[in-house]
Amino acid sequence: MMVEDYKITSFCSIKDNKVIVDNKVLYVHEEQGTVKEFTKAIYKSLGIKYPKFYKMDTLCKLGFLATEALLRNAEKPDNQTALVLSNRSSSLATDRIHQESIANKEDYFPSPAVFVYTLPNIVLGEISIRHQFKGENAFFVSEQFDAKLLTDYSRLLLDTNKASNVICGWVNLDSNKYDVFLAIISRKGNTILTEEQLNKLYHT
Amino acid sequence: MKSVYIVDDSIISPLGFSVEENLQNLKNNTTGIVEVKDTSIHTDSFYGGLIDEKRLTDAWDALSEIASYTKLEKMMLLAMQRLLDKNPQLDITRCGVLISTTKGNIDQLKENNTDRAYLDTLASAIQQFYKLGNSPTIISNACISGGLAIAIAKRMIQAGHYEDVIVVGGDLLSEFTLSGFFSFQAVSPKPCKPFSKNRTGISLGEAAAATWISGSIKNTNISEVVEVVGEASANDANHISGPSRTGEGLYLSIQRALDEAKVSASDIDYISAHGTATPFNDEMESIAFSRSGLEDIPVNSLKGYYGHTLGASALLETIIAKHHLLANEVVCSLGFDELGVSYPIDVIKKNKAIAMQHVLKTASGFGGCNVALVLKKVSI
Repeated sequence: MMVEDYKITSFCSIKDNKVIVDNKVLYVHEEQGTVKEFTKAIYKSLGIKYPKFYKMDTLCKLGFLATEALLRNAEKPDNQTALVLSNRSSSLATDRIHQESIANKEDYFPSPAVFVYTLPNIVLGEISIRHQFKGENAFFVSEQFDAKLLTDYSRLLLDTNKASNVICGWVNLDSNKYDVFLAIISRKGNTILTEEQLNKLYHT
Repeated sequence: MKSVYIVDDSIISPLGFSVEENLQNLKNNTTGIVEVKDTSIHTDSFYGGLIDEKRLTDAWDALSEIASYTKLEKMMLLAMQRLLDKNPQLDITRCGVLISTTKGNIDQLKENNTDRAYLDTLASAIQQFYKLGNSPTIISNACISGGLAIAIAKRMIQAGHYEDVIVVGGDLLSEFTLSGFFSFQAVSPKPCKPFSKNRTGISLGEAAAATWISGSIKNTNISEVVEVVGEASANDANHISGPSRTGEGLYLSIQRALDEAKVSASDIDYISAHGTATPFNDEMESIAFSRSGLEDIPVNSLKGYYGHTLGASALLETIIAKHHLLANEVVCSLGFDELGVSYPIDVIKKNKAIAMQHVLKTASGFGGCNVALVLKKVSI
C-alpha cells in the first residue's frame, strides 16, 4: 500500500574516524584511541553544549552525535518525528560492563547509571529528550544493516500518518568497533527512498 | 484499513504451559511469584516468578531431541510450537515472524558464551528450528517490546507485507537484570503490589508467549474474535529511567490509539495496565489514565501474578486481556489493597464479570517509551 514516494532528505555516517553528512566530511579524527575519545572529539568539533552527553554510554553518544550532525543545518523536524533505529550488538558494549560489575561476589558493584544503558532503545530516549520527539519509537536488532526493513517500516509510518518524518538507521557498537548511519526520511528532497538507494548510501 | 485480528496464542510461564492453565491459575488468584533461593541468580533469597526447570526440560524433550538450545530458546520454541500444533492450517514458513525480547540469552554472557548473547543468534536458532527462509525480525524496545511487536505486526499486515505474523516474546529472570534492578533499589522484598499504598517495587518474572496475528479469520472455528483496532507508541522525551511526571508519552499513546480505533475513553470497558509496582511508574500511569478520562474504567496489573517479564510482559498481558475480553471476566489486581496513587483509578479488587467490547492495554519502559493497544471484540 504505497501511496506516495518519500525522499531520503539527508543522511549521516560515522565510520572510519569520520563524520560525513550528505557526502560532505564534517569531521576527521586524526588520533588513534578509543571510540569514547572519538565521540568526545566529535562533540567538541560540532560545538555542542549539552551536559547530559557526558552521562551517556558510548552507544548513545554515537546515536546522539549522528543526529546532531544530521540536524545541525536541517529544518528542525517536528515532535511527530519517528525514530527507527537498528543494530546487531544491541547494548552488549554496556552489558559487558554491567556483567563485569556482578561477576565477583566479593567485588560486587552494579550501578544504576550503567544498568539503565543495558537496553538498545535508550538511544531513542536520549535523542527524543534532546529534540523533544514524542512520536513513534522502534529499535530492531538484525545481523546486518537491513535496508528493506528500514525502508518498508519508514514508509508505512508515513503512509499511515503515524509519523511526520522518520529518522532511521543503524547505530552499532561492539568492543571498540563502531558503525553509524542515519537518514531522515520525509517528503522533502530529491533522492527517492528505495531499499537499493538506502543500501547504497549506507555502503558508501 | 484492513482489519487485523489476534487469532490464537500460547503461553509458557510459571502459571502454566498452556493458555487454559494460565487462565485457570489467574482465576484462582494464584501467583507465580515465590521466594527463590538460587545463588546462581542472587546471593540472598528474593521473590520472583521462575519457570520450573524440570517441567521445561520434560516439555522440551517431548518436542525435540536437540539439547543444545538455551533455556530461553526452549521456552520460545515451545510457545511457538504449541501455537502451531493448535493451528495445523498455519504455515509458519509463509508468516512474518517477530521476536520481542529485551535481553535474549543474556545468561550466556556470564558463561563467557558471548556469541550466544547476541540477539541475532536467538533469531537464527528459531529460523533454523523451523527452516524459515528469512531470519525473524527482532524488536528490542525495553518493557514495551511485546506490545510494540503486536502493533508492528498489525502495521506490517495492513501495509501488505504479510497476511499472517507470528509474534513470539520471551525474557529470562536472570542475575543480570535482577542485579540491575536491585542497584536501582527497585526490587520489592515481598511479592509486588501494583497500585497499592504499600507497594515497594517490582518482582521479576520470566515467560515466553506467542500469538498469531492475521489479516483474515478464515480457517478458524470461532464465533467471536479480537481485533486490534488502534495502537500507538510515544516517547516521553523527558527522562531515560524515570517516568514522566505528567504521564506524557503514555497519555499521547493512549490518545493516538483511541483516535485510530475511533472510540472515546468512555467506550473502554477494561484496562490492562503496565503496573510494575514501583512508586513512580504506578503514579505516572494514574496520571496518564486520569488525563485520558479513564479514571472510572476498571483496571488491573498482572505483575502480581507473573512479576515483570520484561520483553514478554506486554505480549503475555495482551493475550490475557484478549481472553478476558472474550470471556467477559477479569481477575483481581493481585497484591492490591489500598490505593496508593494520586488519582482515583478503579483498581479491580475481586474477580468480576464485565460486559466488554473494548479493552485498552498499555505498557511503559526505560528510555521513556510507551505503547497503547485498543482491542475490540467482534462477532464473525
